[in-house]
Amino acid sequence: MPSTPYTSERPPRPESNDQLRARIPGWGVDLDPRDRPAVPKERLDPALAGAPGEFPARQPEEQPRERSIEHAELTPVFGTSCPPKGLSGVIRRYAYGQYSEGRAAHWLLLLAADRVDTVESTLRSFVSTRPDNPITQTGVLSEFTHHGIGSRFGRKRADVNHQWLDPIIVGAPWLLAGALAYRIARRVAGR
Amino acid sequence: MRAMVYRGPYRIRVEEKDRPKIEHPGDAVVRVTRAAICGSDLHLYHGMLPDTRVGSTFGHEFIGVVDEVGAAVRTLKPGDRVMVPFNVFCGTCYFCARGLYANCHNVNPNATAVGGIYGYSHTTGGYDGGQAEFVRVPFADVGPTLIPDWMDEEDAVLLTDATATGYFGAQLGDIAEGDVVVVFGAGPVGLVAAKSAWLMGAGRVIVIDHLEYRLEKARTFAHAETYNFAEYDDIVVQLKKATDHLGADVVIDAVGAEADGNFLQHVTAAKLKLQGGSPIALNWAIDSVRKGGTVSVMGAYGPMFSAVKFGDALNKGLTLRMNQCPVKRQWPRLFEHVKNGYLKPSELVTHRIPLEHIAEAYHIFSAKLDGCIKPLIVPNAA
Repeated sequence: MPSTPYTSERPPRPESNDQLRARIPGWGVDLDPRDRPAVPKERLDPALAGAPGEFPARQPEEQPRERSIEHAELTPVFGTSCPPKGLSGVIRRYAYGQYSEGRAAHWLLLLAADRVDTVESTLRSFVSTRPDNPITQTGVLSEFTHHGIGSRFGRKRADVNHQWLDPIIVGAPWLLAGALAYRIARRVAGR
Repeated sequence: MRAMVYRGPYRIRVEEKDRPKIEHPGDAVVRVTRAAICGSDLHLYHGMLPDTRVGSTFGHEFIGVVDEVGAAVRTLKPGDRVMVPFNVFCGTCYFCARGLYANCHNVNPNATAVGGIYGYSHTTGGYDGGQAEFVRVPFADVGPTLIPDWMDEEDAVLLTDATATGYFGAQLGDIAEGDVVVVFGAGPVGLVAAKSAWLMGAGRVIVIDHLEYRLEKARTFAHAETYNFAEYDDIVVQLKKATDHLGADVVIDAVGAEADGNFLQHVTAAKLKLQGGSPIALNWAIDSVRKGGTVSVMGAYGPMFSAVKFGDALNKGLTLRMNQCPVKRQWPRLFEHVKNGYLKPSELVTHRIPLEHIAEAYHIFSAKLDGCIKPLIVPNAA
């Protein structure tokens, strides 16, 4: 007798509805798609969300707000978390101004701006009262308080194979910057 | 106020920030009483999502108490205890009018491909999030809902994303009576998706992960069969064997961009950020579903392309369904399920960590230390 996929039969179920209902609280209560709130996908009912219905008032644009060139206009409401600043801000405004979301350049420029932002912000922190601290900010000390070794080894975790990359990715820029600062300091002191 | 602040990939700290103010007459300012770290916050934390700016505050799962309301707010008043969906949405645009709250067109100037999300980079609108003492909540008459008196606070905070998203993911699978459902990923979303599959009448539910403690949770919380993919040379073949070589009727990807993958996938996606995420879970889903079956994608991916096996999806005649969850649309039915005891989201909480120690919380969650499944953040003012 050929096995299942080669015949028209559906594989036998291991448990009946009654068995499942007895074992699992609530089994089948949403069996009818009409009880599922996401069905159908689109349901035209402007009152559904409880909104007043008219177009929202416009949030004041206190400084020029970057936007996707796929938008016809600035949305009436927007976030104001971190306006673009510095060189990273120039890159961000260029990415938004030149490239649609459909272009890889848009996203790659934004990612590049993120990395530039990190460098700029870290350097800026060194002339502030609160310099960046990679030890406390990475939370790595929790390795010692929350079973760092016991959580990883002897547990067949697939991700442990690649975790050795993390300290390199996080630590290398700091070590390189430290070495560079040391060489510059030595050169200045040697004059 | 005290707030979590992003300082660069893998680095965050808590610092003093200005308390948010009313920027639009429909806004409220909410004092946060509980927040959570979501698996998708790790994409931000690892620097994977473009336009994640230094200085931003993460956190799209939170509940709190209304502290101040704008002049146009009618339904909320200071002192109200509210739960806030992770979606920022207007309720009136073309998409909101059709129930697609996660795809609102009026709240995110930075992109048309995604709606607004609290604390989730400028790519989703540039809103600060709830891993802080206070948060600005736009369209306060539309998104937030009063927390019912009978509801546990930890259930409430998990309903703002993880629970709603898992439930939504099972719905996108179009599960029919007796279906075999496979869920990749035993994080909070995957665990709720697995449990929800039973509510929709699944005949078998199988959960795949590589973390044994999470698979144990899948067996107890979601009553699921489990496989640890690290124990098999090829999990797809194992799933074919487990499903009479037919394949599952429905597969749910609850992993997303953080999948580890092989070395090439890991480096190009997780380290160099040249893919929108490692697509190994999605490719396993495509391979292990039966021909004509449905793949529901709940795992979050970035806006860059990913190397997905689209040809196999075509040749197998698959239905691929996905979206960010329109949370508030799920709530009335989900509230019934929580009240009836069919779902108890707070059983997923493993850690409760003060806001001041949030850097450790992120590391514990990211590195999967200490049996971590769902960490909650408790602000000082809670």
